[in-house]
Amino acid sequence: MHNGLIGIRSWWVVLIGLLMALPVLVVLGFVLQPFNQNWQHLYDNLLGEYISNSLILMLGVTVGVLSMGIITAWLTSTCEFPGRRLLSWSLLLPLAIPAYIIAYTYTGVLDFAGPVQSQLREWFGWRYGQYWFPEIRSIGGAVAMLSLVLYPYVYMMARAAFLEQSVSVLEASRTLGNTPFQGFMRVALPLARPAIITGLSLALMETLADYGTVQYFGVTTFTTGIFRTWYGLDDSVSAAQLASLLLSFVAILILLERYSRRKARFHSTSNKEQRGQRYTLKGWPAFWATLSCSLPVIFGFLIPASQLLYWTLTTAQHTFTSDFVVLTTNSVMLAAIAAVVAVCFALLLSYAKRLLGTPMVKGSVAVASMGYAVPGTVIAVGVMLPLAWIDHTIDQWLTEYFGISSGLLLSGTLFALIFAYTVRFLSVSIQAVDAGLGKIKPSMDDAGRSLGLSPFGVLRKIHLPIMKGTVLTALLLVFVDVLKELPATLILRPFNFNTLAVRAYEMASDERLADAGAPSLMIVMAGIIPVILLSKAIAKARPRGAAE
Amino acid sequence: MKLLKVALFSGLMLSMAPSYAADQEEVNLYSARKEQLIKPLLDKFTEQTNIKVNLVTGSADALLKRLSLEGDKSLADLLITTDAGRLYRAKSVDVLQSVDSEVLNKAVPEHLRDPESYWFGLSVRARPIFYVKGKVVPSELSTYEALDDEKWAGRVCIRSSGNIYNQSLVASLIAANGAEKTEAWAEGFVKNFAQPPKGGDRDQIKAAAAGICDIAVANTYYYGGMLTSGDQDQIDAANKVAIFWPNQEDRGTHVNVSGIGMTKAAKNVDQAKQLMEFLVNAESQAWYAEVNSEFPVLEGAKWGDLMKEWGEFKADQLNLSVLGENNADAVKLMDRAGWR
Repeated sequence: MHNGLIGIRSWWVVLIGLLMALPVLVVLGFVLQPFNQNWQHLYDNLLGEYISNSLILMLGVTVGVLSMGIITAWLTSTCEFPGRRLLSWSLLLPLAIPAYIIAYTYTGVLDFAGPVQSQLREWFGWRYGQYWFPEIRSIGGAVAMLSLVLYPYVYMMARAAFLEQSVSVLEASRTLGNTPFQGFMRVALPLARPAIITGLSLALMETLADYGTVQYFGVTTFTTGIFRTWYGLDDSVSAAQLASLLLSFVAILILLERYSRRKARFHSTSNKEQRGQRYTLKGWPAFWATLSCSLPVIFGFLIPASQLLYWTLTTAQHTFTSDFVVLTTNSVMLAAIAAVVAVCFALLLSYAKRLLGTPMVKGSVAVASMGYAVPGTVIAVGVMLPLAWIDHTIDQWLTEYFGISSGLLLSGTLFALIFAYTVRFLSVSIQAVDAGLGKIKPSMDDAGRSLGLSPFGVLRKIHLPIMKGTVLTALLLVFVDVLKELPATLILRPFNFNTLAVRAYEMASDERLADAGAPSLMIVMAGIIPVILLSKAIAKARPRGAAE
Repeated sequence: MKLLKVALFSGLMLSMAPSYAADQEEVNLYSARKEQLIKPLLDKFTEQTNIKVNLVTGSADALLKRLSLEGDKSLADLLITTDAGRLYRAKSVDVLQSVDSEVLNKAVPEHLRDPESYWFGLSVRARPIFYVKGKVVPSELSTYEALDDEKWAGRVCIRSSGNIYNQSLVASLIAANGAEKTEAWAEGFVKNFAQPPKGGDRDQIKAAAAGICDIAVANTYYYGGMLTSGDQDQIDAANKVAIFWPNQEDRGTHVNVSGIGMTKAAKNVDQAKQLMEFLVNAESQAWYAEVNSEFPVLEGAKWGDLMKEWGEFKADQLNLSVLGENNADAVKLMDRAGWR
C-alpha cells in the first residue's frame, strides 16, 4: 500500500524537480536552434582562448581552494594550537565577501598606482618598468581572488567530514603502523573525499559563473564571452549556446566524479563516533599551524575588509543615507526567504532521490543543480522566459473568457526573484543536504518505516535531527550567496526595490570604488553575523564529543 | 513540511506585493543610468508635477531583454540607456514607439535623436584623448586615426573592447573610413597598447599618470569625476593629464549620448511624455553638466565650471543610429585585431 503512496508523491517530486530545472532547460534549449554565422567568428577568433582561460582558471582555483581548505580543515579539527577556536570560525569569513568586491579592493591596494607600489617606488626611487611586481589584474590575480573567497566551501565541507570521522578508523590506522600524517593521507583524506569534492565543485561552479572579477581583470573566459556575444554582437541565441557549452563542461565534470566513485559508499558502519583527543601542537609546529590558518583569514578577509572600512570612512557623509536601512532590510529579508525556500526544496528533492531514485527524479535534480555554474544574468533570462509565458497565457485566457486583463502576475515581482535565487542556489543547498543524508545509513530509514513512520515522518523525526548541522550549513550558504548575488537581482527586481549588492554595483560600475565601500561592507557585515551564529549552532548540533 | 507550506505561502504573498496607488499619477521607468545619476532629477519632476516616478535600474541589455519578454504587458513606460547603440537596438526589436513632441524636437539636435523620433539624446558624452603633460605635446596628436602610428608603440592605454564606449568609437570610425581601413587601423592601434586592456576609464587615466603609458582614451565625465572625487590620489592623477580633442580639422571628436525612448507598451503616455520633456529643459540639462560633467544636448544650457575649462570642441555630427548599426561589425573587427 505504501508503494502507492510513494507513487503519488513521486509525481509531485518530479514536477518540482522539473520546475527547478526549467530555467536551465530553457538555456539548454537554445542549442536546438540553428547555429548562426557568429559561431564561425567565435570559433576562428575566440573560442580557444575562452576554453583555455576557463580551464586555467578552474585548475588554479582547484589548487588554491584545496590547499587552503583541506590544510586548515585538518588542522582545526584534529590539532590543538594557539588561536584554534577563533580561527575555526573566522576561516569562514571570506565567504561573506563577493568575489568582484575583493577584486576591487586588491586592485586598490596592489595596483601600480596603489599605495603599496607607490610606497616602494618612493623608498627605492624606482620608476615604471624598472622593477618587477606581480600584476594583480591578470589571470593569476583572478585565480588568487577567487581562491581566497571560495576556499571556505572546501574548508566547511572537509572540516565537517573530518569532525564526523569515527576516531576508531583513525585508531585502527595508527595500530597498523601509520604515522598521523600517513593516517591523514591514507585514511582521513580518502574518507573525506565526497565532502571535499562537494566543496570543490561548488567553488568551481562559482568560478565558471563569475563575471565581475574576470571582466574587471581583463581576462577573457566563457562568461565574458557569453556577455560579449549577447551585448556586443546583439546575439542572445549564440550567447545561450555558449552557456550551454559551458554547462556541458560542468556535466562532464560531474559525471567523471560520479564515475570515479561508482559503488563506493561512505557512511560509517560503526556507531562509536566519539572523538579522540586533539594532538596538541607546541613550539614551531604550533606556530606553523597558527600561521597557515591565519593567512587565509588575513588575505581573504582582514585586508579587503579593512580597505572597505577605509573607503567607508572616507565617504561616510554621503553614502550613509537614510535609505541604507531599507537596502539592508531588503537584502536580509530576500536572503532569509530564499535560504528557507531553497533548503526546503533541497530537502524534498534530496530525500526523494534517496527514497525513489528514479532516473526522472535524479535527472531533474541533476539539471536543476547545474544552475549554479550559469552566470546569474543567463539564469535570470531562463527564469523570465517561462514566467513571461505564464503571465501572457493567463492574461490571454482571462481576457478571452472574462474580459479582464491580469497584466503581469509573476514577472517583475519578488516571487520571480525568489524563484531565480532558488534555482541558482539550489545546487548549494542540495550538495550540503545530499552530503548529510549520504552519511545516514539506509538501515535507519528501514527502522523508522518498520516502526510505522511515513516517509516524511522519517525525514522529520530521524533525518532532520541527525543532520541539523548540515541543514544549518545549507541555510547559511544560500543566505550568504543571496546577499552577494547581483545579476539576477538587477534584472528581475520590482520597481523601486534595491539591495545592498545593487547599490555597491551601481557605485562600482560608475567607477566610484570608494563609494561602493559602504554597501559592500554592509553586505560583509550582514553575512558575518549568521556565519558566526550558525558556526556556533553547527558546532552544537554535532554529535557527541565533536562539539566545539 | 510545515516549513515548506510557510515558504510557499510567503512566496505567494510576495507575488502580490506590488501595489498600485489608484489615484496618484505615475510613470514607470527602466533606466541604465545609475540611480545616483537620475534619481535627483526624478524627485524634482515629482515635486513639480506630482507624478510619481517608479524606477528600476540595471544594465541596458538586461533591461531591454526584460522589456521585450514582458512585451505589451510591460509596466515600463520609458527606457533610458547610456549609449545610442542600445536605443537603436531597442527600436529594432520593436519595443519603442515614436514620440511626437515639439519640445523634444526643438531641444535635441537632429543628429542626437532617432530620425523617426523613437528615441532622444539627453546628455552628450565625449571620448577624447588624454595626454600626460610634459611627456606629450598637443601638437604630436591629431586624430583617432593617427593613433596607429608607430611612434605611439607601447604608449597607449585604453580599456577592453567589451566596453560599449569603445565599440561605439570603432563603429564611428567604420562610418567615417569603412570597415577595411578601420580593421587595418585597429591592428596597428592594438600594437601600440602599453598593457593588455583592463579596468575602467578612470584606470586608464591613472595608468597614464603613473607612467605606464603616455596617452589614454577615456570619457570626459570620468575625468571630471576624478577631479571632483575628494580623493587626493585621484585628483593628483587627473591633474597630470590634459584633454586633447581629436579630429578637430575634420569630422570632430567622437561623442555618444545617454538617451530616452517611450516603450510601445506604455500605459502612462502623457506622464511619460511630460517626463521626457522635463529631462531636456534648461534646468535638467544644466544638472547633467553640473553633477556628472556631461555635455547638455540643449543649445545654451549652462555648462559646469570644469567643462568650461576644458573648452569648446567640435563634435562628430554623425547620426548616432549609425553607432548601433555598426556595433556588431565593430566588435568582430576588434576581436580579429586582438583587442581584448
